[in-house]
Amino acid sequence: MTPPPDLGWAGVLVALVGGAIRVSTPYLFVSLGETLTERSGRVNLGLEGTLVLGAMSAYGVAYLSGSPWLGVLVAGLAGALLGLLHASVCNLPRVNDIAVGIALFLLGTGLAFYLGKPFIEPRAPRLPSLALGAWSGSPQVRAALEVNALFLAGAVLAPLLWWALRGTRWGLILRTAGDNADAARALGHSVGLTRVLATMAGGFLAGVGGSFLSLYYPGTWNEGLSSGQGLMAIALVIFARWNPLACFGVSLLFGAATALGPALQSVGITAYYDLLNAAPYGLTLALLIWSSSTRHALVGAPGELTISK
Amino acid sequence: MSRSLVTRRGLLQGGIATAGLALWPASGAGASKPVTVGFVYVGPRNDYGWNQSHWVAAKKIAQLEGVKLIEQENVPETAEAEKVMEGMIRHDGAKVVFATSFGYWPHVLKLARKHPDVLFTHIGALWKDGDPKNAIGYRGYMEEPHYLCGVAAGHATKTGKIGFIGSKPLYFIFNNANGFILGARAVNPAITCHVVITGDWNNPVREAEVTQSLIDQGVDVIVANVDSAKVVIENAERRSIFSCGYHTDVSELAPKGFLTGAEWNWAAGARFVQAWQTGGAYPNLLRGGFRQDMVALSPFGASVPPDVRAKITKLRQGFADDSLKLYRGPLKDNEGNLVLKEGQVVANDDNKFKLAVNFLVEGAIGRTGLKK
Repeated sequence: MTPPPDLGWAGVLVALVGGAIRVSTPYLFVSLGETLTERSGRVNLGLEGTLVLGAMSAYGVAYLSGSPWLGVLVAGLAGALLGLLHASVCNLPRVNDIAVGIALFLLGTGLAFYLGKPFIEPRAPRLPSLALGAWSGSPQVRAALEVNALFLAGAVLAPLLWWALRGTRWGLILRTAGDNADAARALGHSVGLTRVLATMAGGFLAGVGGSFLSLYYPGTWNEGLSSGQGLMAIALVIFARWNPLACFGVSLLFGAATALGPALQSVGITAYYDLLNAAPYGLTLALLIWSSSTRHALVGAPGELTISK
Repeated sequence: MSRSLVTRRGLLQGGIATAGLALWPASGAGASKPVTVGFVYVGPRNDYGWNQSHWVAAKKIAQLEGVKLIEQENVPETAEAEKVMEGMIRHDGAKVVFATSFGYWPHVLKLARKHPDVLFTHIGALWKDGDPKNAIGYRGYMEEPHYLCGVAAGHATKTGKIGFIGSKPLYFIFNNANGFILGARAVNPAITCHVVITGDWNNPVREAEVTQSLIDQGVDVIVANVDSAKVVIENAERRSIFSCGYHTDVSELAPKGFLTGAEWNWAAGARFVQAWQTGGAYPNLLRGGFRQDMVALSPFGASVPPDVRAKITKLRQGFADDSLKLYRGPLKDNEGNLVLKEGQVVANDDNKFKLAVNFLVEGAIGRTGLKK
């Protein structure tokens, strides 16, 4: 082992970039999923529960089957199931999607904690990563650019969804259902079915985001795994103005914010570490205040959302 | 013949670090009565961490003659804890209850008054005069095995930088950090140690981030004082640096980089069970290190050479026979203030000094954030 060169302050920058790449993936998948759901006119606050259930089921299945990718798939399916439940209940008359979301949040985490007991100790196989930093002589840069395939999938998915929402027939139906349900009905589309599919797709993505937590980084299953990332990702969607491309950027920002406290403490900046560690939460709060100010509120918000009606 | 986990020497010496001494009012002293022992855990008992360290003890205590073990996991530190313990007492006839989480203490006090025939043990060592005599607080001096981990780290590090990850800014976390640093700097006084506090008992993402950042800063040995060191140790192993364990034996998580680890020996609580069984004496407050057999060292990892192993084993003996003191002068904190003058020595069981530790020793990069 040769000692790596001392990076000092540059180390903080490397840590922020590395942190953005390492930590952002769950934010990205949950926010992309929630964007789909909200663009169809529903808010699914249950995605934190979906994230946790996805993390647990991915870990459990990967451990039992030996295949992390099968774990990712099952996490997605578990998320889609929760999405189906949310959408079906919300399709009933006079059901509030926010309340159902909170119920599913509790159900998802509760179910994950209950079913996940036997998987806390075992060690599941980990998702592979790509060494995008192999060109660099610096071990720090190499470590920062150790990129997981799910991150790349998310990075491809974001522009793809952006294009699909804008430029495809499916995207148009989804947006119509989300902006004006009557218009969608007049065009002969089932608003209910559209929302069921969008919520299931959103749940699938959130579940996959959870699998990243347990199968790659930090790469374990326990009950404190998520620390509210699913909830933050939902807030992130509002800041990203329901735009998948912006979701990608804001997810990176949240990842970097998570890395900020640890990175500064590691170079010896230990004052106010508790505040710095709270950076992602502070950022969420600031973004919510900013985006709910009268000037910015509801620009780009789907018209059918309970929050915009 | 009951398999005694308590040596007579340990018991006698245990008395030294003891405040109150109570006698269990049972008839037929000397005979081991059958007893049901309840263990209450705050989380899953197989967490590679805090809860597992108690589970290891529970399994040992279950082997004592006449002991029947009952356990309950994931009991929150709320009124729920009271219900669970009450249930163990009423339905299962538990007579000794091990409450293994810090926040159980108020519930223990309440139940101890209600059930004077039941012995309660708690891991905070919070018992004080006036508290029920059938309640016990006990806790190990983990700074001693951390010192030994520090020695292992001091020999292993190539960069001269080591890292300590703490959960909460609390006195015992800083004692452990100081032990770790003093051990490493006993090997090489040029070694520095980054001390990072995550702020949470359990926050896997932040723990992993801290680990990555520390490694990026050149740290090549890490020990983590969090609920479960699993995430930190696995991340350290992936990036091919060394790690030390905490709470329980976690060597299997890092076959290449594991050096050794600081472990609790909660099985020392067997003496309380035996006191109940035989009507013997027991202390109400018990703190101890290697000398009282209340802490332990994990088996050495493959990368620790034989001479270092021998040295550490000898140092452990130093704690056990009290010839080695952790805090001895001259000692400076990391802000340059003199903590102990030349010749000043703090006894290893000086609880007053140790409970008031609000400084990091020289060589630490970081701060406690505590008022001085």
